[in-house]
Amino acid sequence: MSKVHQGSSIITLTEDDAYQTAMVDGFALLDRAIDDRRLKQALLNGSCGALATFEGWVRNHNNARVVTHLTYYGYEKLAINQGKKLIESAKQQFDIEHAVAMHRIGALGIGDMAVWIGVTAHHRYPAFEACRWLLDAIKADIPVWKQEFYADSDESLWLSNNG
Amino acid sequence: MQTDDLNHKKINVLYFASLADEAGRDEEVLSIGDDDLTAIFHQLSQKYHFSLSIDDIAVAVNHEFSDWNAVIADGDTVAFIPPVAGG
Repeated sequence: MSKVHQGSSIITLTEDDAYQTAMVDGFALLDRAIDDRRLKQALLNGSCGALATFEGWVRNHNNARVVTHLTYYGYEKLAINQGKKLIESAKQQFDIEHAVAMHRIGALGIGDMAVWIGVTAHHRYPAFEACRWLLDAIKADIPVWKQEFYADSDESLWLSNNG
Repeated sequence: MQTDDLNHKKINVLYFASLADEAGRDEEVLSIGDDDLTAIFHQLSQKYHFSLSIDDIAVAVNHEFSDWNAVIADGDTVAFIPPVAGG
């Protein structure tokens, strides 16, 4: 990993504070494996009949190229601020109780979980719809960058979700 | 009256992803006059030969997304945000 990216491959919050931020404000970055059982604790609610979750995993290919590993980088303070706005927006648009999401940064291997989203609602359809909306919004807006490394080259690439 | 001093603002600039690669750093302190965010980005782009154009970039001020017309104050943190790739 290049030295110029060291700051954006780790978080400044403690692990406990990152979970706390995600559970209260709705979103945080984490620089180690995400424990979704812990995030689910924030969602338990006797009035909810539905929990919709999404996990994004590191895939072993990008189009035709074999991906060996990748590194995610994030701008933690902006990610937390923007993530909070996205969660608030989801709560305004959909009939949901709560939503929590976390994105991992740092070096990840194939199959590792990169993002987790959980949405609770009284009924299932708003939970599904808000979960899908939140994933699209996170992919579009949250300042996280992906550098992919390939089997066929020493050169890595910065990816973009905007084509 | 020392207008030069009054117009002399210092901002902290953050770089990420390819912008950090090309700038060779992830942050620096810049002295700016009355330059707006667009002018600052164009100057930095000339200096570091950024591959991304301003149309590809978003801007954040003090850890919130901003528009390019935002007024910058002394001590502000400005971040140029390349296309994101989370999820």
